[in-house]
Amino acid sequence: MTDLNKSSLSEIVNLIKSKKISSSEITNHYIKNIEKSKKLNSFITTCFEEAIKKAKAFDNKKNFNGLLPGIPLAVKDLFCTKNVKTTAGSKILESFIPSYESTVTHNLWSEGAILIGKLNCDEFAMGSSNETSFFGKTINPVGKGLVPGGSSGGSASALAANLTPATIGTDTGGSIRQPASFTGTVGMKPTYGLCSRWGIVAFASSLDQAGPMTKNVEDCALLLEAISGYDEKDSTSINKKKENYSKNLNQKISGFKIGIPKEYRLENMPKEIESLWKKGIDILKKSGAKIIDISLPHTKYALPTYYIVAPAEASSNLARYDGIKYGYRSKKGKNLIEMYENTRGEGFGDEVKRRVLIGTYVLSSGYYDAYYLKAQKVRRLIKNDFDECFKSVDAILTPSTPSSAFKIGEKTNDPISMYLNDIFTVPVNLAGIPAISIPAGQDNKGYPLGLQLISKSLDEQKILNIAFTMEKSIGFEQSLNRWWE
Amino acid sequence: MSIDKNQVKKVAKLSRISLDDSKLESLSKDLDSILNFVDQLNKLDTKKTEPLSAIVDKNLEPRSDKVNDGKIKKEILKNSPDKNDDFFIVPKVVE
Repeated sequence: MTDLNKSSLSEIVNLIKSKKISSSEITNHYIKNIEKSKKLNSFITTCFEEAIKKAKAFDNKKNFNGLLPGIPLAVKDLFCTKNVKTTAGSKILESFIPSYESTVTHNLWSEGAILIGKLNCDEFAMGSSNETSFFGKTINPVGKGLVPGGSSGGSASALAANLTPATIGTDTGGSIRQPASFTGTVGMKPTYGLCSRWGIVAFASSLDQAGPMTKNVEDCALLLEAISGYDEKDSTSINKKKENYSKNLNQKISGFKIGIPKEYRLENMPKEIESLWKKGIDILKKSGAKIIDISLPHTKYALPTYYIVAPAEASSNLARYDGIKYGYRSKKGKNLIEMYENTRGEGFGDEVKRRVLIGTYVLSSGYYDAYYLKAQKVRRLIKNDFDECFKSVDAILTPSTPSSAFKIGEKTNDPISMYLNDIFTVPVNLAGIPAISIPAGQDNKGYPLGLQLISKSLDEQKILNIAFTMEKSIGFEQSLNRWWE
Repeated sequence: MSIDKNQVKKVAKLSRISLDDSKLESLSKDLDSILNFVDQLNKLDTKKTEPLSAIVDKNLEPRSDKVNDGKIKKEILKNSPDKNDDFFIVPKVVE
């Protein structure tokens, strides 16, 4: 009998296609794992009964046409799922049951996958540690008392703990890549517009993008293939032919030019991250790639730009939570305005309030030009930096995060120190380009560290191939003793 | 630029968020430190830079002007915290 905890998504797809295992067996395996792993608090909702029913239906009438035949999957609770509660980690959506399905999850189910549960995340995806969720903190299976990163922290935790064979998250400033790095898994933010945003609870619409979180690069290519594609329901969706990322995966990277940006070399960066980066460079050299020193001069302005643009868009997007059409409503208040204020005061958590207030402030009369317009201009400079570099390199290699996973509570009292976590991931969102984080080693505490590959728009295949090549040389392995069971 | 407690109250009013007076102090401090952090953008000269508001450079695609759903009143009302058979119910707005 195969040990599913050691199997990748692609291997499980092959097992099911060669009829060595049934969908019901796989589904029951993950349900058992999930039930034993409540300590991690990675799930907000489980749908075991429905999942078992669908698995049985699949087994009775097998259809191997899809990319994910009979595969149970859990997804971040930011994707609207028809008739299944969708909370975005917030009290204000505590009992929201969508009557429609997000395009990205719809694509998963059309490829044969089965929903097994909804995963914890920072409230409205605002956070880098999964500590802002109304439904409690998620624990990183890598170590007791460690955060899994965020905002797709529940997704990363569940994946690393084998509670789902793969998952999807969303990435507005690093919310897929940073938790992937903290949990020793692979995470990709695709080009803005490659995956539809329709039916995803909106945070910052010019930055939000859904993407795969998987155990290895092959799975990442497979899942990206499943979720990407044009959608007329999203006005920013890119209208182009669907790519066969998994079929076209190869290790032919000889001759590729890889840029190393000097601005990502931080003064007080841990030595281990510095040497991990060096290790990545050596692997690429051995694979025949050419290493080129590059400069992205506006890198240090990316975070301050992000913390104007993202809250501004969030304050507009979150205006819809008024306690009338759906979601939580406060019982207090003498009139309509007071009802709005109390609903939002009681329904939103502290971090969401901070960002809505900042966003409202930078958009308000007298401050708009000084903050919002200024940030949009700097965003242009940041994008220009990347455009310039991609004239001479195929991809850029950087660390994914400035540290490994930190302790719960370590950064909750200082918003800026929390925001600094996303220093290497945020520029990519501002420029709308794709990036992938792969596990590349461990620090002296044994906590995983990731490396990030960035390319120009729609060059996902290229960074997948480079990541695939690096993965083979790195041979990263993580065996967790399932201490939480 | 910095932000004080009164400004925070004003922004909270604009945002339609009720705030506990007890939280005002720490919230003002947080917002002030965030605004100080983003102030570093002022070191950059952007006089000649065009703002970037959308990353996908394309015009919105028109669609044909026809009804593609409807008759879903029940579904629309389903998630409302207060409703009757036909309407959302809100606190009285006219005296």
